[in-house]
Order: sequence, then C-alpha cells, then structure tokens
Amino acid sequence: MIPEIGHFALVVALFMALVQTVMPVVGAYRGIPELMAMGRPAARAQFLFVAVSFAMLTLAFIENDFTVAYVVQNSNSALPIEYRISAVWGAHEGSLLLWVLMLAAWGLAITIFSQSLPEHFLARVMGVMGFISVGFILFILMTSNPFDRLIPGATDGRDLNPLLQDPGLIIHPPMLYMGYVGFSVAFSFAVAALLGGRLDATWARWSRPWTTVAWLFLTIGIVLGSWWAYYELGWGGWWFWDPVENASLMPWLAGTALIHSLAVTEKRGAFKSWTVLLAILAFSLSLLGTFLVRSGVLVSVHAFASDPERGVFILAFLVVVIGASLGLYAWRAPNVYGGGRFRLFSREMLLLANNVLLMAALAAVLMGTMAPIVLDALGLGKISVGPPYFDAVFVPVMLPLVILMGIGPLVSWRSGDMRPVFKKLRVVFIAGLVVGAVLPLVTMGRTTLMVAAASMIAVWAIFSSVQYLRDRLIRRPGNRGLSAGVYGMVIAHAGVGVFVIGATLSSAFSVERDVHVRVGDTVRINDFAFHLEEVKPVRGPNYHSDMARVTVTRDGEQVAVLTPEKRTYFVQTMPMTEASIDATLFRDLYVALAEQRGEDGWALRVYHKPFQAWIWSGPLLMALGGILAASDRRYRTSAKRIVQTRRRSAVGPVVREAKV
Amino acid sequence: MRMVLVFILLFLVTARVAGEMTLSNPEDEQRFNDLSKVLRCMVCQNQSIADSNAELARDFRDQVKEQINEGQSDAEIIDYMVERYGHYILYRPPFNMATAILWTGPFILVVVGFVMVVRTMRRQEQSQAGTNTRQQARLRELLEKSADFDDKGG
Repeated sequence: MIPEIGHFALVVALFMALVQTVMPVVGAYRGIPELMAMGRPAARAQFLFVAVSFAMLTLAFIENDFTVAYVVQNSNSALPIEYRISAVWGAHEGSLLLWVLMLAAWGLAITIFSQSLPEHFLARVMGVMGFISVGFILFILMTSNPFDRLIPGATDGRDLNPLLQDPGLIIHPPMLYMGYVGFSVAFSFAVAALLGGRLDATWARWSRPWTTVAWLFLTIGIVLGSWWAYYELGWGGWWFWDPVENASLMPWLAGTALIHSLAVTEKRGAFKSWTVLLAILAFSLSLLGTFLVRSGVLVSVHAFASDPERGVFILAFLVVVIGASLGLYAWRAPNVYGGGRFRLFSREMLLLANNVLLMAALAAVLMGTMAPIVLDALGLGKISVGPPYFDAVFVPVMLPLVILMGIGPLVSWRSGDMRPVFKKLRVVFIAGLVVGAVLPLVTMGRTTLMVAAASMIAVWAIFSSVQYLRDRLIRRPGNRGLSAGVYGMVIAHAGVGVFVIGATLSSAFSVERDVHVRVGDTVRINDFAFHLEEVKPVRGPNYHSDMARVTVTRDGEQVAVLTPEKRTYFVQTMPMTEASIDATLFRDLYVALAEQRGEDGWALRVYHKPFQAWIWSGPLLMALGGILAASDRRYRTSAKRIVQTRRRSAVGPVVREAKV
Repeated sequence: MRMVLVFILLFLVTARVAGEMTLSNPEDEQRFNDLSKVLRCMVCQNQSIADSNAELARDFRDQVKEQINEGQSDAEIIDYMVERYGHYILYRPPFNMATAILWTGPFILVVVGFVMVVRTMRRQEQSQAGTNTRQQARLRELLEKSADFDDKGG
C-alpha cells in the first residue's frame, strides 16, 4: 500500500504542477487576479504531495519492502538504517525524485519569502517553476518510476552500491541538487521578467539572494563530492575531471558569473540582457548536467543509442526549455544600453572581464566534456580528455581571474581612476609577491616557477581582500558597521586564494608511494615513517574487512595511528578501499590498503599531501561568504519598502495582499 | 653468462607472478606515478591506470615500468602506448583538425569576449553622446548620485 500511496501522491503532484503552470500565467496574461493567485497555493500543494511521495519511498526503504523493485536493487535488510535512508537517492529513480523534491521546496520557499513581489511577476515565476516540475515529474512517471512493484517480491535486496555506503554520500547529493535546482529560481525570475517585459534593477535585486543561496549550496555540494572521492576512492585524488564532476562544475561557473553580473545590473542597471542570458545559461547547464549523468551517454554513446528512452526524454525537455527561453530572449531582451557610461578602467569593466574569463573557463570544461562524445558520435575517432588538457587550458584562464579579483572591489563604478587604486594596493601587491614566493620554500623546502607564480597569485588574492576590508572600514561613513554583503564578498574572495594555495601546493608536492610490504615493515616519506603493525579481520554489519594498523612516527615520536581497511561487502562482493587519513592544517597523511599479496604481504598506498585541508577550506569559505551575502539586510529592507509603497498605492494587487 | 640469463628469466617470471614490476629509484617512481596518471585504463569507466585495479591497468602499469627500466624517455613511452593502443589511451587529446577548437576555443573566446566588450562600450558612448542634452545630463547626475548612495550603503 505504501508504494501505491507514494505513486498516487506523485500523480497528484503532477496535476498541482500543471495547475501551477497554466493558471497563473494565463491570469497574468489576461490580467485576472483570481487565476494569478492560484500559483501560490498550487506550488505549496505540489510540494506537499511530492514530499508525501518522497516520504513513502523512504518508508519503503526503512521497512525493507522487497516487493518494490527499486528497493530490491538498492537496499538490503543488513544495511544500517542511515544508509537505507540515503539509499533512496542512491540510484537513478530516487535521485530524480530528490531532484523534484528540491524543486518543489524552492517553489515553496518563493511562496514564503517573496511576499513583496508584484502579483504579475510572482504569477509568471510560479508558472515557470511549475513547468519545470511538470517535465521532471512526467519523466519519473513515464520512464523512471521508483514505485514499480516486483511480483513476486524478493527475499532480500541486492544492497546499496558499497561506494555509496558512506556518510559523505548521505549529504552530498541533497546539497548538490539544492544548488543545481536552485538555479531554476534565477531562471524563472529571468523568464518571468522577459515575459513581463520588465527587466530592471529591481529584478536583479530580487534575483540576487536566490542566486547566491543556490550557488552556495552547489559549492558545498561540489566540495563534499570532491572530499568523498578523496577518501573513499582510495587514490588520493580530489578532482578527476570526470564528466560527472564537470557536470556540476559548469553550472557553478555560470552561477559565479551570474552573481557578479547581477551585481552590476542591480547597482548600475547595466548588462541587463547579458545577465538574463546568464541566468538562462546557468539553469540550462544544470539540465545538461542532469542529461549527461542520467542518460547514460557518458558511459558510451552506443549504450545511449541502444536504450534511448530516458535520454531522449531529457534531451527533448532540455531542447524545449533552453529553446523556448532563448527564443523568448531573442524576442524580448532589451536592446538598449542602460546604466550610464563607464570607462575602460571601472568596476563594470572588471566585472565584465570576470564574466569573459569565466565563460572561457566554462567553454573549456564544456568542450572537454563533450568532445569525446561528439567526436565518437561523428565517427571521428575516440579520444580521451583528462587532466593534462584542463591543466593546459582551464588553469591559464582562471589564474588571471584571480589576479583581477584582487583589484576589482577597490575600483569604483563608472570611471575608476587608476592611481588611488594602485596606491592602495601597492604594498599588498609587493607583500603578496614576496610571501607568495617564499611560502612554498618555507613550507616545502623547494619551489618551481609555476608553483611560485600560482602561490603569489593566491596570496595576493587573500591580501588584497583584507586590504579592501581595511579600506572600507576606514572609509565607512558615520562609523556605521559594514553590511554583511561586504564581509561575504571579502571572505569568499579570500577563500579563492586559500583554495589556490591548497590546490597548487598539494598537486605539486604530494608524495605518493605505492609499495608492497609485510607486517612489521616501514615505509618512509619525507620525515614520516609509516609502520605496518598488523592486519586483522573485522566484521561490519554487512561486510567483513581486513583492518590494518599503521603507526606513523616522526623523529621517533608517534604522530598518528591510521586504520585503513579493505572491505568486502556480503552482497555485492566488490572489494572496497577505506582510506585512513590524519589531517592537520598543513598536511594530510593518507594510507590506503590495496590487495593482499601472499601470507602477510600487502600492497599499500601511502601519501603525504601538503595543504590538502586548504582545498576544502577555500570553497567552504566561499560558501560562508555566500551565506553572509544572502543574509544582507538590504534584501529584506528593500522588500519591506516595496510592500509599503504598494500598500500606499491602492490599486490592483491589494486584493491579493489581504489574504497573505 | 648462462647464470645471468637464468637469473634474468627467473626475475621476469617472478615479476610476472607478482603482477607488479619494481623500479629502482625514487625518481623513476615519481616518473611512473606521473605517467600512469595520464594513461587511461581503457576498459574502465574513466580511470587512469594509476587509479584502477583492473587486470588491464595492472598490465599497462607493468609495461610502463618495464620501459622506464629500459631507459625510455617519457615521450617515447607515451608515443609507444599511443601507437599501440590509439589516442584513446592518452588523457591529453591530440592536436588535429578535429580537436583544433577544443584546444584553441577557450582562448579565442577570451579574445573575442574582450573585443566585444570594448566595441559595445564604444557604441554606447557614441549613442549617448548623440542624445546628450543638458537636462539629461542633469538627470543622470542625480541618478548616479542616488546609485552612489546605494552603493555606499551596501
């Protein structure tokens, strides 16, 4: 009964989404307040029913209902409860349901937090959000129903993929999807603005906090995924330029560009059309990522061609959404140059440069991801695009961006005078060069030209952000405190620097040793001695494992005890490597147990990875900056002010407001 | 001489049985680590031969180590592998007609982007210069003042 309730709730949610799509848009078009007013309750009802549907699937997992095919494929009675819950989004069908749940949740959030939006605008936003929901719920119901029964039922399930049985994977997909799907809000705002023909600074102000929140979720989601790959795959890498990773990086790059472009549109009223285009692009790339990951086209073009049902559906939806929004854009985007003039050296110009560089970086990721698929499909041969390509193309585009990032905030709008900016930055520039050059030498004892250059750029990014903050604190009018937005930007920019330091030093100076040892042997890396004490069998809830005990000493003093494991899960017998890591601010010690060789011989992977923690800290700082920026009082006061003005002008929307 | 041959044979056999050959010094190990990260395990789903436990990856690793021990340079080893298994094995795509856009596209985009930005800016200045009456200038000044105020408040 439970799965049927879930299935039925999803069907009801589809109808709610249909109501949400049609009624408010027709209402806005015809100017019928009653129809426009239907968007809000429909969105709330849609969320309720999707949530019920999701809860029912979760219940089926918790109760080990092995008459549900999806549960059989992804769970097992021996699976611990937390993984039974996260198994809900452990495969295709359930992760799509999570996608839809997130989408409905964003819709709900709009109905709660956008009380101040004009009724026409909100109606159109609701309509666009509803349309996306319709597409995805239909996709689930037609091609990927997680509630399909298996009759007769199985006695037990095939278990969750052992790779996914990990705490990181419990929260990584929800965070990532919150980000992915969150760009649908910026997208809906953009399309609604195009439909209404009103594209102005107010629109940008409404979009900004939503975009920032989506972006920060995506940032956290990507970091969690990277962190998971780092410790769970057992190869010590944290970014593989895998198409699945790229699929999440592309909307992130577009979203980053959008955040900056929105700033110009809000403050100066400039780049309106470009900003709208970016909002469309960010969400289109989220859809493209979903298509790439979910259609099977990545595994092989031929696998896609032989079982095209799912792929074709998403592709068609992708074409409809992107095609329609771009068509609308071509038709309605304002062809005027607003926002006043600005000079070559101005904050507008630097933010445009930011956008150009981010778009080029995005192009590199997009082409690197698509080229193997496209060339193969065209019969032009099979190629692989991996780290060497991205190191050669992506990185050179991104590093200048980090340099500009240090200058941008200090330049004023319109026509910035170069001299005062350079005067303010002179000292931190020199300090950045010196500290950046010295940092690898002091911490690692050696350096190369490339490392020194990247390190200088990173340190410059941090120093110049701090300098900007100092400057603002000194100049603040009337001793008022600075807004959360300023702190947010400074922290996020400094986070970029922290990340670049981590990525540079970790990639350049990681030492990896791949060795065969016997119990009692010692492996040395730099000053660290890794001593394999013992390997003993351990039993887990649904696996057995060999757990090694490796003590790490430095100058005879014990630094850490690491316990890497080699697990074999009972049901899916594939062996799993559980790396063990001792992390401090300046280095990770990483040991992974590979296969057994002979009686008490083992293959061991041992790494010393300097500054690894900085790779995660940097993006977390960026996300923290996002939280601060989104919480800026400005967005709330401006909303209140709009409500007040509307209350005063007693025409039109008042009817609705009485009910709110 | 015969002893040496037997020894070598024995060494090769044991190496094969162990499944992994050994390298003589840390520099070679580092070279091997770097090389094995740019070579693809062709039967795996997007893994380098360094990151895969597949039989094929193990075999490729041995081939690379063997060639390092024979004194081949990195370029020679990569050429050899590409010649034998095609470009698919190498994570660095070749530069040819089919991949020209892939390699140059992002950089072209940077140039085109900046040219477009500067052109747009010029056109904007011209169009504004044409309609610039005194009142409009005054209005803009006021608007800019309020925008400035906004900015500083922000």
